[in-house]
Amino acid sequence: MLLRHTPKEINPRKALTINPAKTCQPIGAIYASLGIHKCLPHSHGAQGCCAYHRSTLTRHYKEPIMAATSSFTEGASVFGGQANLLQALDNIFTIYNPDIVAIHTTCLSETIGDDVPQIISKAHEDGKIPEGKVVISASTPSYVGSHITGFSNMVKSMALQLSGGEGRKNDQINIIPGWVEPADMRELKRLCQEMGLNTIMFPDTSGVVDSPQTGKFQMYPQGGVGLHEMRRIGDSEATIALGKFTSQAAAEALDAKYKVPCQILDLPIGLKATDRFINALRPYSRLKVPESINYERGRLVDMITDMQQYLAGKRVALFGDPDQLISLSEFLVDLDMRPVYVLTGTRGKKFLRRMQEILGQAVPEAKVQHAGDIFLLHQWIKNEPVDLLLGNSYGKYIARDEDIPFVRYGFPITDRVGHTYFPSVGYQGGMQLLERILGVLLDRKDRDTPEESFELVM
Amino acid sequence: MRKVAIYGKGGIGKSTTTQNLVAGLTEMGKKIMVVGCDPKADSTRLLLGGLAQNTVLDTLREEGEDVELDDILKEGFHGTMCVESGGPEPGVGCAGRGIITSINMLEQLGAYSDDKKLDYAFYDVLGDVVCGGFAMPMREGKAQEIYIVVSGEMMAMYAANNICKGIMKFAESGGVRLGGLICNSRNVDNEVDLIEALANKLGTQMIHFNPRDNMVQRAELDRKTVIEYNPTHLQADEYRKLAKKIDENKMFVIPTPIDISELEKLLVKYGIAN
Repeated sequence: MLLRHTPKEINPRKALTINPAKTCQPIGAIYASLGIHKCLPHSHGAQGCCAYHRSTLTRHYKEPIMAATSSFTEGASVFGGQANLLQALDNIFTIYNPDIVAIHTTCLSETIGDDVPQIISKAHEDGKIPEGKVVISASTPSYVGSHITGFSNMVKSMALQLSGGEGRKNDQINIIPGWVEPADMRELKRLCQEMGLNTIMFPDTSGVVDSPQTGKFQMYPQGGVGLHEMRRIGDSEATIALGKFTSQAAAEALDAKYKVPCQILDLPIGLKATDRFINALRPYSRLKVPESINYERGRLVDMITDMQQYLAGKRVALFGDPDQLISLSEFLVDLDMRPVYVLTGTRGKKFLRRMQEILGQAVPEAKVQHAGDIFLLHQWIKNEPVDLLLGNSYGKYIARDEDIPFVRYGFPITDRVGHTYFPSVGYQGGMQLLERILGVLLDRKDRDTPEESFELVM
Repeated sequence: MRKVAIYGKGGIGKSTTTQNLVAGLTEMGKKIMVVGCDPKADSTRLLLGGLAQNTVLDTLREEGEDVELDDILKEGFHGTMCVESGGPEPGVGCAGRGIITSINMLEQLGAYSDDKKLDYAFYDVLGDVVCGGFAMPMREGKAQEIYIVVSGEMMAMYAANNICKGIMKFAESGGVRLGGLICNSRNVDNEVDLIEALANKLGTQMIHFNPRDNMVQRAELDRKTVIEYNPTHLQADEYRKLAKKIDENKMFVIPTPIDISELEKLLVKYGIAN
C-alpha cells in the first residue's frame, strides 16, 4: 500500500500539489522540436533542467533524446546567458551540425529576463550561424502552464519562424497533429493519404522518436517535417489543427500571418472525433471518402456493438492532458461507459466547458477538474470506486492500492511498451484502444468470477 | 562588529554619505569594511581614489568559483577595507542575484570573520528594494541596523517609506532594525520639520541633518571624501558629527511604514504647499 497515507476525506487545499498531473514546459517544447527533421533542441538554462527533460522523454520513447544546453553557471545567472548561448551555437554547428536549432527557455533564463531573439540576432551578426542553417526560439517558463503549454509554444514558434509562402495557394493542407505519439502522426498521415490529400504535418515525430534499430547510431533519424516543407505552409489551402490546447495557437498564428484559414478540431480519438476529422478533410479532397476508410469505421462500430455488454455502465477515472481527455471522454460515453472522474494538471477553463458539453447530459455525476493533482483523483476513487483507470504510468500506484484495472494512456509511460508503436487515433486507433480496455476488464472478470460462472466464451 | 546597511532612493547620495561617514569613523580609530552592492561599482570610489578594483562578480566570472579574498578586497583611506559586488550591465542578467551571490561569497571567504577585527561593516545598496536580491543585506545574519538617506523631496520620502516596508518584513524574522533617517538636504522648504515629522511617523529619528554644500561635489571630482580633501571645512565637520551620532546611536526600532495618503498629508502640512 504505497499510497496508504492518502486520506479518504477531502479537505480544501490551496498551496500544495501532491503527485502532479503535469510536468515542465520545456519537455513539451523538446518533443515538438524533435518533430522537425535534423533539429537539435536547445535548453537555455542550467544543465540540470536539460538532463531531467531528456531523461523523462527518453524513458517514455525508449530512444536517446538529444538536446543541448547553455549550461548556466552562477556567473551566467548574474550577467545573463548571452555569452553561453553564443558559444553553444558555435559548438553545436561545429560539432553536431543540425539543420536547425530550436531554443527553449527555462525558469532561470526567463526570470533573469534573457532576450533570446536578440541573442539569436547577435549570433547571426557574429557569424555563429552558418549559411542555410536556422535557429528558432520559444519562451517556456515552467511556472506558467505545463508541458502542454510548452509544446503549444514551440509549435507556434515553428509556425511563425519557419513558415514561408509565395502568396499563391497550393493544392495542399497543413495538419497540426497536437501532442500525440509518433504512431498517431503516422496514422494521421495515412488517413490523409487515403483521402487523396497532399499534406504537410508539423511537428511530425514519426521516424524520429520511434526510429528503427539498424545497428548504426544516427544523430538525426529520417523522420520529421523538412525545412523546405515548412517554407511552403503559408501557401496551403487550409490548416486542420487537432487539439485546442496544443495546436490552436500555431494554427491561428499561421492564419494571421499568411491568411491560411484554420479549423480547430478535437484530437481524432474514438468514433465521433474521427468522424469529424474525416469530414473536415472532405472539402479539400477531390475524392469521396474511400471504401477503405468506411470499412475501418465499420469494423470499429462492429467491435463496439459486439462487446457492448462488457462496457455498459462501467465507471471510469481518467487523468492526463486536456486534449486527450476531451476526446477519450467522448469515446467512453459512446461506448456507454461512465467517465465519472476526469482530471488534468493543466489549467484551462475551456477544458471544463468542453467537458461539460460532453458529460453534462450523459454523465451528470461526473467530477471534472483542471489544475488538479493525482492525489485528488485518488481521494475521489477512495470515496466512490471505479471499474477502470486510464492514465499515464503514475496511475499504477492507485491501480495497485485500489485494485483497479488500469490502461496506460498519455505521457509519460515509463513501464510498458507499445504506446509509441500502435496508434490510438483514427478508427484503427480506436480499435487498439478498445481492445486494451476490454483486455483489462475481461481479465478482471476472469479473475473474480466464481468457478460456476467462469466462461470460456465472452 | 556592527553591520550597517545604507538604503535610499537612487541619486540621493547614499554612496557619498556612506564614504564620508566611514571616513569620519576611521578618524575615530574604527576599523571598517565597506561593501558596495551596486552594479555600477562606485560605492568605494572616494575611499580608493578611483574605480581601480576588480568586483566580486567580475572575479567570479573570470576565475570561476575559485576566488580568494585578496582578489577582491582593497585597502582605501585610513585602512578601510573596500569590496565592490559589481553586477551586469544595464538591461541584462540579474543584478539582484548578483548581490546575493557576492554577499554569500564574502561570507564563505570569511570577510567578516573575527580575526579581521572589524568594528563596522557597511553595505551600500542601490536605489529601491525592488526584489529579493536588494533585500539581501537585510536578511538574517547580515546587516543589523539600517539607515535611510532621504531628503524633503516627495519621491525620496516615498522610497524611504517603501524601504521601511522591507525592513519590517525582515525585522520579524531576522532581527534587522532601523537606526534612523539621514537627511541629505535638497534645500526644500521646511525640510528639517518635514523629515522629523516623517521620522516620527515611521517610529524612528532623524539622526542627522546634512546641509547641502558644493564642497562635496568638489571633493568628489577629486575622487576623495570631504574629510580627506578638505579636513578643516565645515562640511567635513558635518560628516564627523554624523559619524559620532551613529557610533553613539542607541535607538533601533522596527519601523511603522505609512500609507501614501498619510505621506501626502505630511507634505501638505510642512512642505511645498505652505
